[in-house]
Amino acid sequence: MRQHGLPLILAFLCSVGFAQTNPKEAAPLAQDTIVEKRLNEISEEMRCLVCQNESLAGSRSELALDLRREIRTLIKEGKSNQEIRDFMVSRYGDFVLYRPPVKSTTLLLWIGPFVLMVGGFFALMVALKRRRKNRPTTTLSVADIQKAETLLRGEKQ
Amino acid sequence: MKAKFLIPLVVFIILVGFLAVGLQLKPSEVPSPLIGKPAPAFTLPTLADPKKTFSPSDFKGKVWLFNVWASWCVACKEEHPVLMNLAKQNRVAIVGLDYKDPRDAALTFLQRGGDPYLFSVVDQNGRVGIDYGVYGVPETFLIDREGVIRYKHIGPVTPRVLEEKILPLVAVLSKP
Repeated sequence: MRQHGLPLILAFLCSVGFAQTNPKEAAPLAQDTIVEKRLNEISEEMRCLVCQNESLAGSRSELALDLRREIRTLIKEGKSNQEIRDFMVSRYGDFVLYRPPVKSTTLLLWIGPFVLMVGGFFALMVALKRRRKNRPTTTLSVADIQKAETLLRGEKQ
Repeated sequence: MKAKFLIPLVVFIILVGFLAVGLQLKPSEVPSPLIGKPAPAFTLPTLADPKKTFSPSDFKGKVWLFNVWASWCVACKEEHPVLMNLAKQNRVAIVGLDYKDPRDAALTFLQRGGDPYLFSVVDQNGRVGIDYGVYGVPETFLIDREGVIRYKHIGPVTPRVLEEKILPLVAVLSKP
């Protein structure tokens, strides 16, 4: 009995310790599942400004927590997804959006890949055509063909 | 086409050019959409006296710097002497936004390093920070007489940024 006592106490202390050190992570989860679902939907599509390769939904940075809280409030106020997106863009710029809007400044970003693809296709066509034209047209004599056949059969001449 | 063998070299040089430019860019500095827009309104208590409040509209007609800081922010310590030096020169008013900072810690910070601010206002929950698009402390905004944000600097203000960007702009904006 004595031997079991200590690990048990330690385990208990650990769990208490966790509860005390991580109050933020146990934050109001799923108070309202519909709100949380919309929050997730919106914040998945947004970049966390602090750790730029993480989405706002996935980030644990202090700012991401604050922004999620802010979005949650906006949802509860009955704002539409577009209004919430505008709220974020007006403060942090298009950079927060993982899908940049089509604008004159982002046009190259949107159509650039297609331009490259079409360009590559044309280059390929031209190259193929040129190759076909330059292919040497040699005609083999009967003797040549016989020679080749014996070679292919692996016979020594 | 004798020079055909040069094509890979040319492509390589162009690529190096792009990479060189790319290395100079700072992706962590996100351009603010607030530049050229009116500074978002707020009313916040001052750090020295929580009973007093400040709104940007109180400073209509003045050119001022709005510096976001916090005692927990490491880069702010680096920036602090620069601001102290600027405050001594008396060229532009500096208002601080003490961002998500316990009051005691903020007061101790200013006691130790000196107080370059005309006064600081306290943004306890970071709500005003969100309105200003703050995502990394320190950040500094230059606000003109009309209350429009004219410039934003992300990261610690350095003497070079002051001399090359902020102070010339202050001079232009302060012209009668």
